[in-house]
This record gives sequence, C-alpha cells and structure tokens, in this order.
Amino acid sequence: MPLPSRLTTEDIPDLCQKMRGTLLTTIVNAKMGHVGGDLSVIDILGTLYFSVLRVDPTDPHAESRDRFVLSKGHCSVALYTTLAYAGFLPIEELASFAAPLSRLNGHPCNRKLPGVETSTGPLGHGLPVATGIAIGGKLSGADWRVFVVVGDGELQEGSNWESMMSAAHQRLDNLTLIVDRNHLQQGDRTSAVTSMEPLAERFAAFGWETHEVDGHDHAALESLLSSPNTSGRPRCLIAATVKGQGVSFIRDRVEWHHKVPSREQLAAALDELEVAS
Amino acid sequence: MSELFDCRDAFVATLEELAEQDPRIVAVVNDSIGSSKLTGFRQRWPERLINVGIAEQTLVGVGAGLANAGLKPFVCAASCFLTGRALEQIKADIVYSQAQVVLCGISSGVAYGELGPTHHSIEDLAWTRVLPGLEIIVPADPVETAAAVRYAYAAEGPVFLRLSRVGVPRLLDQRYRYEPGRAHVLRDGADLTLIACGVMVHRALEAAERLSDLGLEARVLNLPSIAPLDRREIVRAAQQTGAILTLEEHSVRGGMGSAVAEAVVAEAPCRMKLMGFEDFAPTGEANFLLDHVGMSVIGIVDAAQRLVGEPLVAK
Repeated sequence: MPLPSRLTTEDIPDLCQKMRGTLLTTIVNAKMGHVGGDLSVIDILGTLYFSVLRVDPTDPHAESRDRFVLSKGHCSVALYTTLAYAGFLPIEELASFAAPLSRLNGHPCNRKLPGVETSTGPLGHGLPVATGIAIGGKLSGADWRVFVVVGDGELQEGSNWESMMSAAHQRLDNLTLIVDRNHLQQGDRTSAVTSMEPLAERFAAFGWETHEVDGHDHAALESLLSSPNTSGRPRCLIAATVKGQGVSFIRDRVEWHHKVPSREQLAAALDELEVAS
Repeated sequence: MSELFDCRDAFVATLEELAEQDPRIVAVVNDSIGSSKLTGFRQRWPERLINVGIAEQTLVGVGAGLANAGLKPFVCAASCFLTGRALEQIKADIVYSQAQVVLCGISSGVAYGELGPTHHSIEDLAWTRVLPGLEIIVPADPVETAAAVRYAYAAEGPVFLRLSRVGVPRLLDQRYRYEPGRAHVLRDGADLTLIACGVMVHRALEAAERLSDLGLEARVLNLPSIAPLDRREIVRAAQQTGAILTLEEHSVRGGMGSAVAEAVVAEAPCRMKLMGFEDFAPTGEANFLLDHVGMSVIGIVDAAQRLVGEPLVAK
C-alpha cells in the first residue's frame, strides 16, 4: 500500500511547520480549537502519516491498512490538517472546521470523515479501542499495526490503565501507544493536578516496551515508530513535547489550552513560523 | 406448570451454531464466562473467547476495536455493569461510531434479585434507549432469544440484546423470526391491551386468561423490539382498545412503557398505566420481586380492571 506522500524525514520538519500555520489559521477562522495541544501533537502526526503509516487516502477502509486512533480527540484540527495534507480531504475544506453541518466536527467522527477509525472526544476511549483492533489483528494473522496517541493529562482516566494491563497480558506487540507528554492539561500543569511520574517506570511495570523520545524530533520518532517490535509486548513511546510548540507566546502556557489567537497574534505566529498567511 | 427455560441456554447454543459457520465471531467478556454460559464456547474456541478482565470500559472499547478489525464481536457481561459502567463507551465507541457489535446484557432486570439493587439492571433500557442507531431487543422466551441472536449477528449496526436468566415458558413457535420494529399480537381482545416484554410476557398472557374469565377481553402484545418501536401496532392498540397497560422488568421511568407512552401521546392518546419498578427493589428472588411490586398475575388483573373502570379525568 502506498504511503500518502513520498516525503523523506528531511521534508517532514518543513511540512510540520507548514501544518502549524494551517492549523492556526483554521482555528482563528473558526474562532475555536485546541491550539496548545494541536501544536504539541503535530510533529507526531506528521511523522506517522508521512513516514510510518501504511494508509491510502484513495482506499481509506482497505482491510490491510495500518490503524491510527487519536484518543485526544479535542486536537481534531491537528488531525484534520494532517489528513488533508495526506490527501484524505481537500486542504480548502479545513475552512469549514466547526461550521454549521460541517463534517469537520469539533471532535472527529468516523462516520463523517474517511480516515478516522473511531469517533473520539471523551478522554480515555482510544486505548481500549486500539487494544481491540490489535487483538483483532492478531486473531486475523494480519501484519498491519495499530497506533494510538493519548494526551498525558488523559492518562488520569482509569480506562487507560485497564487497557494497559489487558494489552500487556495479550502480548500485543502490534500496538504502539504514543503519549503526548506536554505536562499541561486544561486547567493546570499535570504535576499540580495528579502527578504521573515516574511515567516510564509505570508503563514498564505494566509490562510495556517503553521508550522516551523527543516528540518534536521527527527522525527519532520515525526510527522508533518504524522499527519492528520483537519484544512480545505492546510498545509505548513517551514523547516529550511542549504544548504550543513553535509559537513563543503560546508555548508551555496553561491559558492556551483552547484560547483562540487574535488576527494580529495569528500574523505574528505565522511570521515566527515563517509561513505565509 | 409448563417447563421453564433459562434463555441464556438458547443464547449460547445459537451463538455456537453461528460461530461454527463464521470464524469472525468472537465473544468478549469481563471475567463473565460462567455467568454468560460461555464455558463451552471457550472449550471449543479458546482463542476466540477474549477475556479483558474486570474492566467494563475496556470491554466495550475492545468490542468496538474488534469490529474495526473485521471481526463479529458479541460483548457479554452482566447487564448492570455493561450498561452502567461503560455507558459512555457504548455511546461514543459503539453507537456514535456505528461499530457492528452485539452488546449482550446478561441477567438483566432483577435476575440477580437477592444480590440487591447494585446488581439489578432496571435502568438499562432507559440508558440505552436514548442512543439513536442502537437496536434494542428484549426476548420473551428461548425461541425469541435464538431468533434475536441470529438477527443481531446479521444486523448492520449495533444491537443491545437484553437477556434474562429467570425461567420462562416457551411461548413462540419454532418458525418465529425476529423482525426489528415489529410487535406481535399474542392474543386478541377489544377491552384493553397488555403490552409486555421479556419475562413479563407469559405473566401478561396468564393475566389475560383470568381477565377473560372476569368478562374483560385483553389484547396481549409482545414487544421485543424496544428500538426501533412498532408505533403502528401500538397506535392500533390504543385506538381499538382504548386502554394500555405496560409490563416490564425495569423502572417505570424511561423504559419500554415510556417508549409506548411516547407513541401513544403523540398519535392516539388513551388511558395508560405503566407497571414496573418505582424504586430500588428490595432483596428477594426475581419472581418474588415482580410479585412484590404488583406484577403478579393477580396484581396485573387488578390493575387492568382499575384501568378500564377508571373514569377519564374530566376537563
């Protein structure tokens, strides 16, 4: 199955910068969106869609496709932007995000948009579903893989820990979980709400093959995400990210969870990203 | 007294019959192998019995994922935990996402009578009935259970099968086929209609016989398809008999009776009474509890007489 694009990892950083500009513009036009988390996860999504996932926008339901689940569904604009650049929808359609009757809901819906595997939004749903997909893949003897991205704050949902135990017990080495570890949640720093450290040790203790990686380093992400998993265990990447990465006045600030930039702020952000508006 | 059947037996027999023909069928459980009567299934197809542990949110999410992977999951758990603990997963992962999953709510209603209200499932219809695109089936006997399992297997969207373990007599002919949105007149009558589902259907039939002895001819409607609803048959009953008494092993709020009332009030207002549970039930065996809240055969006869005899409220 062809990759959505023939980009090399050298091209991906540039592409992700461009997607940052597109998602910011989309949010400002729609007057809504989760800007901080979108900027935090976009390098992970760009790496997945342009160098890892075997998906085909012309055949989005192909049985043999890799599956990707964005559990932190509030970062839909980052997903829609990536899917648009990957050819699943026209880039111009991003202008309809959150518009009345648009198929680009505030949270992604699989029944509306091909390329979305399951509808997400409520937190703690993605890993259980991805676990089921991975079990299904094993039962079918399929060689496709399952990838799921959760936010770090989202790990406060108990359903994740249920599934972590179950996935390890089922030895799902076809499942990869990526934690977008930006240390911020809607209302505060995660460490101020419910501390999760030592997170890597916790995953390891739950029986996962665990890696820590820079979530903005495309080459490092690509290398880990593409490498075969022969451990007999599900794989976890704790991706160190910064919420609002790429835009200095948004970067690592709690208040930018879902605040919408002004037109002037957008211009300044695009300038900083060196992207033409 | 006719022979009584535990409908779980018809459920697993049919499931195994289908699983023999279709290797995509898998059963997913939350440690509920014995209570779902899946021990035989596990012996035959150990790899197709997926036990996620005591983890209902994962149970339902895994069901959705298995469907995404091209399998045919039957997610089996005690109805109280399946619907209560994992309601948001049912809403988002199964129904909103239209995952082709069969949710099997085992031992629904007050089947776990002695275990108390934590284990009773008299809220499940109310919780699931509001989810658009979820078909809900409450079979009344082993024949209807088997038919419902076959239907749910072939259905294009998600289905909630509400199954009981309380003994019921066989009521339907072996040729019976389940049809969504179809209620069945089991006995005709012109004076009032008893609408029942699940374990209440045989009680409704017995009550209708007693009523006939007392000079009242009750129509009895078996209503296994809670969603979609047979509005035509319900409206016909309202118009032709002028009074409807609903009987369900569920809260009187939000269940089958409420669904019937919604159709009646919109299209053919008539006298109505909803029988079921008004409160958390006390402890006791299931049939005792049904009697206790007024749904013994005599209790139903009494309620029917009152309903027909009551003057309409004057304007």
